[in-house]
Formats: sequence, structure tokens, C-alpha cells
Amino acid sequence: MPLIPSSARAALLEQARHRILITDGAFGTEIQNFGLAEADYAGTLGLARDQKGNNDILALTKPEVPESIHRAYFAAGADIAETNTFSANRISQADYAAEHLVRDINVESAKLARKVADEFTAQDGRPRFVAGAIGPTNKTLSLSPDVNDPGFREVDWDLMVDVYAEQIDALIEGGVDFILIETIFDTLNAKAAVMAVRHVEQKLGREIPIMLSMTLTDLSGRNLSGHTVEAFWWAVRHARPVTVGLNCSFGATQLRPHVKTLSEIADTLIMVYPNAGLPNELGEYDELPETTAALVKEWADAGQVNILGGCCGSTPAHIAAMARAVDGLPARHSPALEAVTRLAGLEPFVFA
Amino acid sequence: MNAQSSSRFVNVGERTNVTGSAAFKKLIIAGDYAKAVEVARQQVENGAQIVDVNMDEGLLDAVEAMTTYLKLIAAEPDIARVPIMIDSSKWEVIEAGLKCVSGKPVVNSISMKEGEDAFLHHARLCMDYGAAVVVMAFDEKGQADTKARKVEICQRAYKLLTGIGFPPEDIIFDPNIFAVATGIEEHDRYALDFIEACREIKATCPHVHISGGLSNLSFSFRGNEPVRRAMHSVFLYHAIAAGMDMAIVNAGQIDIYDTIDPVLRDACEDVILMRPVDGEETATERLIAIAESYKGTDKAAEKAAEEWRSYDVIKRLEHALVKGIDAHIVDDTEEARAMIAARGGRPIEVIEGPLMSGMNRVGDLFGSGQMFLPQVVKSARVMKKAVAHLIPFIEAEKDANSKAKGRIIMATVKGDVHDIGKNIVGVVLQCNGYEVIDLGVMVPWATIIDTAIKEQVDIIGLSGLITPSLDEMVTVAEEMQRAGLTIPLLIGGATTSKVHTALKIDPAYTGPVVHVLDASRAVGVASQLLSDTQAEPFIAATAAEYEAVRIAREGKGQSQLVSIADARANGFVIDTAQKAPAPVQPGLHRFDDWDLADLAAYFDWTPFFRAWELAGVYPAILDDAVVGESARALFADAQAMLKRIIEEKWLTARGVCAFWPAHREGDDILLADGTRIPMLRQQFAKSRGRANFCLADFIDTQDDWLGGFAVGIHGIEPHLAAFKAAHDDYSDILLKALADRFAEAFAERLHAHVRTTLWGYAAGEQLTNEALIREHYRGIRPAPGYPACPDHTLKPILFDLLNATENTGITLTESQAMLPTAAVSGFYFGHPDSQYFGVARIGQDQLTDYAGRRGMDIATATRWLRPNLD
Repeated sequence: MPLIPSSARAALLEQARHRILITDGAFGTEIQNFGLAEADYAGTLGLARDQKGNNDILALTKPEVPESIHRAYFAAGADIAETNTFSANRISQADYAAEHLVRDINVESAKLARKVADEFTAQDGRPRFVAGAIGPTNKTLSLSPDVNDPGFREVDWDLMVDVYAEQIDALIEGGVDFILIETIFDTLNAKAAVMAVRHVEQKLGREIPIMLSMTLTDLSGRNLSGHTVEAFWWAVRHARPVTVGLNCSFGATQLRPHVKTLSEIADTLIMVYPNAGLPNELGEYDELPETTAALVKEWADAGQVNILGGCCGSTPAHIAAMARAVDGLPARHSPALEAVTRLAGLEPFVFA
Repeated sequence: MNAQSSSRFVNVGERTNVTGSAAFKKLIIAGDYAKAVEVARQQVENGAQIVDVNMDEGLLDAVEAMTTYLKLIAAEPDIARVPIMIDSSKWEVIEAGLKCVSGKPVVNSISMKEGEDAFLHHARLCMDYGAAVVVMAFDEKGQADTKARKVEICQRAYKLLTGIGFPPEDIIFDPNIFAVATGIEEHDRYALDFIEACREIKATCPHVHISGGLSNLSFSFRGNEPVRRAMHSVFLYHAIAAGMDMAIVNAGQIDIYDTIDPVLRDACEDVILMRPVDGEETATERLIAIAESYKGTDKAAEKAAEEWRSYDVIKRLEHALVKGIDAHIVDDTEEARAMIAARGGRPIEVIEGPLMSGMNRVGDLFGSGQMFLPQVVKSARVMKKAVAHLIPFIEAEKDANSKAKGRIIMATVKGDVHDIGKNIVGVVLQCNGYEVIDLGVMVPWATIIDTAIKEQVDIIGLSGLITPSLDEMVTVAEEMQRAGLTIPLLIGGATTSKVHTALKIDPAYTGPVVHVLDASRAVGVASQLLSDTQAEPFIAATAAEYEAVRIAREGKGQSQLVSIADARANGFVIDTAQKAPAPVQPGLHRFDDWDLADLAAYFDWTPFFRAWELAGVYPAILDDAVVGESARALFADAQAMLKRIIEEKWLTARGVCAFWPAHREGDDILLADGTRIPMLRQQFAKSRGRANFCLADFIDTQDDWLGGFAVGIHGIEPHLAAFKAAHDDYSDILLKALADRFAEAFAERLHAHVRTTLWGYAAGEQLTNEALIREHYRGIRPAPGYPACPDHTLKPILFDLLNATENTGITLTESQAMLPTAAVSGFYFGHPDSQYFGVARIGQDQLTDYAGRRGMDIATATRWLRPNLD
């Protein structure tokens, strides 16, 4: 049965034809600013474990917090909101004894982001988008946690597909436009998430556009599962994502060569949202908004990106600085790729 | 130093296949996965580009074995770097495998055996998992055996797959290789049918690949390996020409087509191609009547003692260093160490005492022009070995190291693989007391800068040979600037120049930038840059010199350019009556192992001496008053190594050439298959009626021919590794320089063969090697990236036309440098008026026009043609 095509994909592509778009910045550090106590997180849910630090559950217990953060980022100039659902999956929520609330957290998080997005669109007519954020979980399909038993895995593919599908299904119900599979440290986890999207698409009978964002774990440009940027792209290109890119791990300076590499081979939009520099000796991010903005603007000047935003340490001020910096700059044009066979191990293999 | 892996013909490793390897099957059944993982590692080390994993064995739980094994090899980065082929006849095994593989694998295989629905279901899942597929030519009626069935099934599968959006480039057809020479007449056509089907499938199903498992073919000759190998080689030779581009085969078990005994080869060819045979016997019967093998022997070594061995140990060390004799160095060093230790001294004193005084003497002799580079490098080899012996003692003592004069990074920039010059400079610096961090070849700027910061180096030295490296050096300079570095940057290598350094690199970096003309200047430059007193004046003087170059450049303006239209109007007009006839032997010619002894006779030795910075023309250089002695010693060493290379068959010369019907269209050369080869035209204003040349001028507007070739010298790595392990930079550099000579000689030799025999337009040509070197022959062989044809990006086109990577094993880096580095490629022009020239500077009008013809955007064309733009 053919799927109903996504109008959000078309709308995003249309916007990205003319300009560089802005996605939002960090949530965790913004939430900290509210100085919430355990009771604020826990609300009246009566969960068995301490909820402090369970940022995602605020959608149920203190929805005004994520809502105001979304509002701040849209006010700063963002075109896209990423739902506050990075850990809203059964595996991560088990740490908080909240796995039975996964569906509610995702539905509510999506709804409140959608509401704020639609509010801003109604004000000025400019489309705002909501991307349902899917984190990698804290389990990996490619690596053994036991060095003495390299063939061991804590999770298997089918379980991961189910875990992701549960979250995706709820996010879609809550009204997100895209599924953003982000902070991909394990390429196989991401492939499982893509498969989960396919399952939900089949169930709902409509296309769910995917955004993919890899995270590097070393400066040579590989993620934790060992894939180079290029190998990663060949391994996930079947997702036909509306965007592919990099987030987290390093600041813009360190990501620079890898953004260039990806930009040259990705036949889709590029979205990059780096950390606000590297943490200082105290583990704090102190890169100034203007500094981050100047760094990411270089990518825009070089025609390497379509969507920019921030990850750890970034604030609405960073996003506002970026929006100002790239205002009026032309959009990147995706290259057309030749029809040659592109395979990948940890490294790319092109067979023409 | 990983070149981007890419290929035109893919060998899939089959040793991790329980149906193909009894040894592997045994390991898996016994549950010895540790050893089984090593099998995969070996395959990748031996060059398998994809690893096929198959666990289809009745005694095994194939799902369990497949997932266990795939998870284990995922944990081995040197295996997991290549793609996996998940091989099973059972879909459940394949799907279990897909759930474990993190890259983009190949599924082997799916088919229409169980009908279209199951086929498309599996194909959709492959798309969702992100995998390419091998599609077996198998349908509801069974496996395709005839050509017609193979073609029909593949075409039907292609239509179905592309109909559901399956990317055609991710389809690999396996049209079934069956056993021939079985004695059953219906089997006789199997091989030929496969080959003919390849051609038709490739023609009608764009972008697909064709693969096959070879071992079936020779099934009737089980136990007779020579015949099996010959059959496989002959079959591949013809199937590849017909479009097969992947094979599941043990690469070590294929013979080189041209080296197969002709009698056996003919017999195999008769069987495989169903050629009619004379006499009573059938082709099969004749092949059955054949078997043979032979072996070679080699090697003998000898030594001689000399008078200096009777000196005392301190003098022996100095003598060994100055003369570059490493035979006894470890023993002598140990003797000196023991002697010093006996009187209560420390091991470092061996270095600070006799070794340094020996090296100082070498330095003095070199500096005063009495010793030359080859000797210095030899001396350094001796020094390195002595130091290597002492290091454990020095470290055991845990004492302060002797402080190096400075720490220098040496790197060949990203995209470039040439390192003879860089290694020479590194050695010279090391023997002058500098610590050298050699980052190797193809080094990205990030690595250079990170290392510079982390290791707190004093100087960065960059090297490169090909023109795109010039641009990369500018990038490194820009990034050094961005990183806030202030340390000096040295620039060296064959295409670098003071002018380019002054105009392009120096302005990009505020720290000192110095172009180093040759190795002998490196020490002087480094010592001045790191001197407390001389650094400032030297840096200021250099900066002033470069500023002067820039001003002179501006003031003088550049040579006058004419418009491209005017240049074309002033193009060279050939006498079409004289154009070369059609080749005597058209098509493609592959040479898998050209006789090295034959090539040695074609050496041009002059560039060899130049590589060692010995100026002069061979053979006169051997009697040169100044460098003669040095040149003779080097030549003797080179001859000795050359002899071993040939006798012990260290290297393999692989080459390919081909001829294509061609005609000229403007400045483009168009081949009959539609390939367009755009050329650049000289645009500077000419005087005295000289034409504005373009290579296309040498081709007629109709009914003409163009040739092309690529030659490469393989097999150098193990020998280099052995030299490196023995701290023998001298032999390392010597071997590389000789390999380069072999490549050039091969190009020369093959060109002669082309003129006299293959193209045959100069059948009666009789030229001495000297006359060849002076190019006293008809026709030229310009190479992409060189003055007449400066666009390096024509190389991939040439490589495609020649199928050069498959035929010669040569690959291209992102900057279009060839690997192995000892390689030459180019075009053949046969017209007697064709000649070498330099395109030199071109105008923006031609750049725009060329970019259009070449199908590039302007920015890309600008990047590649930068040396011709300013």
C-alpha cells in the first residue's frame, strides 16, 4: 500500500530552498535555570524512584517549563523545535521506574511543542516545524559492554525496534512533523530506529520523514561504533532522510572538517547543531553566543549547511545570534550523486 | 594512509564461507570462533574488499552461527572496516545477519524462486535494512541455464525491483556459473552463455553489477588445482570484458591470464568459449589430457671482510658512519657501549661521543660539498641502527635524554602519496640532531595541526609532488593561522616553488613560511629558524624576499592572454593525410607481469640521480669531477638492488593500453562510445606564427584514433617494511626511486610496443634507448596532470576507459594521485605532428567554457586548474 506523502517534508524543503533555517538549542541547561526540586519533577505521579534529572517527565508534571523553553527558542528565531523527549524511551525511563509513562510523555511533549510552534506560525505566517527527538538510549547494538566477551550484546535488534517504535508512534500521535534520530553514537541503533519508523509508517499508512544526526566521539571523525562520517552516510542513506548532519560531542571548531565532508556527499539537507564549544575546566560551556554564531556562519558562507542550531551549552541567546549571523545568506544546494554502489563497513566502499 | 576505497572489479573474500572452505567449516563446527575470526582478518589483510560470510551447513544452527560470528567480527576494527556480504540460501539467516551489521552490507542472495511476492517482500526488507542485494537468476521454473533464461530472468527482476524504488546500483545479478567440461554435451555452453548474458544484462539494465561464484565452473577437475586455476582465470578474463564486475573467489587462487601456459590456456579457452577444435578429440577431452606445473629457484649471498675492521672501536664507528657501512654497526656499538660502561660511563656517551663526532664529520663533508645525499642517507641508516641498539640501555638507565635541537613534523599533504623527497629531508634533519615526527603520506591538515600542538613542535614541514597538493598546502597554512600557530612552516616538493610559496602560501599564514628548494638546504633553514640570534633576521629576510616576489609579480603583470576564441582560431592544424592508420590490434591489451629485465634496459637514469640531488646527465655523471664518485657508488648500489629486484622478483609490472576510434569536436576529443575528453588550449599570445596548441588539435575531425595507457609497479610494500624495520632509510629510498624508474621505463617500453606492434604505425622503428629518452619517435603520450593536459580529473575518465584499476591494480586518491606511486598513465597520440607543450595560464573565458564541457561547476574547475589560473 503506498504511503501518504508527508506535506511537512515538502514544506521544509521549500523553506530551505531560499535560506538557512534555524533549529533550537539545548534543553538540559535551560531546565537547570528553573532550579527545580525533586518534587517538581515527580509531581503527583507517585513513582517509585527519585525523578530529579528526568527532564522528559516534565511534560507531565511541569509542562510550563518545556513550553516556555520552546517559546524562548522560537522567539530567538528558531524554525524548528525539537521535542524534549531525548530519553523518553522504555530503556532510559526504566532508570526512573517510569517506563509505563513513555507513551504519555511523548504524546504530551509533542503536543506542547506543536502548540507553541503553531502559535508562532499564526503570528507571522512563517512555518514552524516540530521534530520528535529520539535519543540513542544508553544501550548499544554494535558493541559489547564486556571487554572479555566481544560477542555479547545487552540488547538485540528486535527489542530496540520495539522500543523506538513505541516512542515514535506516540510522538506522531502528539503531532510532530519529523522523527529526529539524534546523537547517533551507534550506527546500528540508528538503523534500528529507521526500521521502527518504517513499522510505524506501515501501521499508519503515511510517510514519516526522518532526520538523522550523528555524533562524533573522536576528532578523526568517527562515532562510537567506529564509522567514519562517509561510511555512516552510506549505511543510513536508505532512510531517505529529509536532513542528515552532526550534533553534540564537540564545538563547531572541531566539527568543521566533518561538516565539509558530509556536505559534499549528502544528497539531502544538512543540519548541524554543535555544542557551544568545549566545556571548560569546570565542565561548563562558556563560549559566547557571538563566538558560536561566527563559527557556524563559516559553514553557511561556504555553502555547507541548510539548518543550524545548538546542542549542549547553547541558549536562546546563542540561537538568536546564529539567526542574525546567517540571515540573508543563500541556501546550500545538495549535490546530485551518481548512481554507483556505495557500501560501508566502518569505512566507505564505493563500487562504480 | 587510507586511499578512499573504490573499485571497478571487486574480489569478494570467500574463506569465511563454510560451503567454500573446509577449514573454516571445521572451525565453526568446533566452535573455535577465535580462530575463525582470524580467517576474516587474514582475508582483509590480503586485500578482500568485501567479506562473504556463509554458515549454510546442515550440522549448524545457521542463524546462531551467523549472528555470533558477525557480532564477533564487528568488534575487530581491522575486519569491520570493509563491508560484509551476508550469504545464505535461507532468508531467516539473512535477516538475522542484517540485524547485526552496522554498515551497509550486501545480501547474497534473493531470487524469484518462490515467486514475485516473496522476492519483492525480501527486496523491500533489504531496502529497509539498508543493503545492496545479489539477485540469483532463479525463478519459479528453476535456475537459469541458457543465455536467454539468464537474460530474461534478470531483466524481469530488474523491472520489478526498480518498480518498487529499489536503487538499480544496489542490484548485483548472479546469472549462475555452472560446471563445464563435464562430458555432458548440454553443459558445454554454460560458460559461454554466462559471458554472453553478462553483456546483454549490462546493456539493458543500467547501473547493475554482475557477480558469480567461480568454483562451480571447474567442478569436473576437482583435485587438479593448476587446471582449475587456469579455467577460472580464462573465464574471468572473458567474463570481465563482458561486464562481470564482482566475483566470489580466493584471489590467491587465480593465475595471471598472460602467464598461464599457452597450451593449457588455449585448451581452457576452447572449452569455455566453445571454440571449434580440429581433430577427433572434443575440447573437453583435450583439456582432460593436460596437467603440469613448475617451480623456480633463487638466491645466493656473500660477504667480504676489510682492513678497517682492525681499527679500534671508536675509529670503526666513525668509519662506518662516514662510509655508510652498516654490516657491523650493532656489534661495534655494543663493544663501544661495553667499553664505556666498564669505565663507569653511560650508554648515552656512545651517541654523544663517537657517533655524534662521526655524524658531525658527515655533516661537514655534506655541507662543504664533498659528500652527497646518497651517502648521507646511508650514513643516517648506520646511525639509526646504532641508536636503535642503544635506546633500550638508555631507557633502562632512566636518565634525561639528550635534548634534540628541535622537533619537526614532516608530512606529505592530504591527497598526495609521494614521499621520497620528504623521507630524504627527514633523514637529513635527523642526522643533524633534529627530532622528526614523520606523519607519513595523505595527512589531513587536522592531524598536522593537532600533532603540532600536542607535541609542541618547533617547525612543520610539508611535502607534495602533484599540483593539487599546492592547494592543500595553502589550506594547511590557513588552518595553522586559524589555530593560532606561529611556528615556521617549511614547504618542499617537486611542484612547489618560491613563487607559489610567496604568492599563495605565505599570505595565508602570519608565521614564517619558507620554501626549501632541496634537502641540502633543509638543515640550514631549520637551524636558522630555531637559532636565538639568527631567527629574526632570517625570517625578516625571507619575508622581504617573498614580498619582493609578490611585487615583481604584480608590477610585471602576467603574460598577455588572447581570448579563447582567438586562441582557437590560431590552433594547430595537422596534415590529415599523415594521420596514423587504424591500430593493427585495436581494443584493450593487458599485461599482468611484464619482464622486469626487459624494462631495466629502458631505464632513463638521469632522473634517478636527480632524485638524489646529484646534478648531471647519465652516463657522463659517473665521471663528473665533483659528484662522480658519489654517483658511481650510488649507481653500484642501485645496480645491486636492481639485480635482486629482478632475480628475486620483488616487483610486478602491470599495465594496460587500449585504442579507441575518436574524432575531434572543438577542443574536445570524442570517442566512439560517447566519452568526451575535453582538453585545454594555450591562451598566451604567440608570436612568429606559432600556434596556440591544444591536444585535441592532433586528432582529426573524423575517423581518427586515440590511445591510452596505465602502468604500475606493484609489490614494493613488504620490502619497504623490511627496510623500515631494519632502520634502513637508504634502501627504502633507493627502492622507491628504482620503482619509479621501472614505471617510467615501462611507459617507454609499452609506448614502443604500441608504435611498432599494437597500433603499429611505426612498425619499422629502430631506436636506441638514448634516442627513446630524447623522444626521437613519432607520437606522444601526455599524462593528465602534466603541462599539456593539466587537468588531473581526466585521470578517472582514462582509468574508466582502460578499466585501469581492475586491469593494473592502480587506484586514484581524492587528489588523483596514483597508488602505487610508481605508476604512469596517459593518452597516446599517433600523428607525426603531435608534440608536447605546456598549456600554461588560461583565461576566465576558457575556464568557464571548459567547466561546461567537463561537466563541472566553476568552483570545482577552479580548484583543479588553479596552477593554470594565476
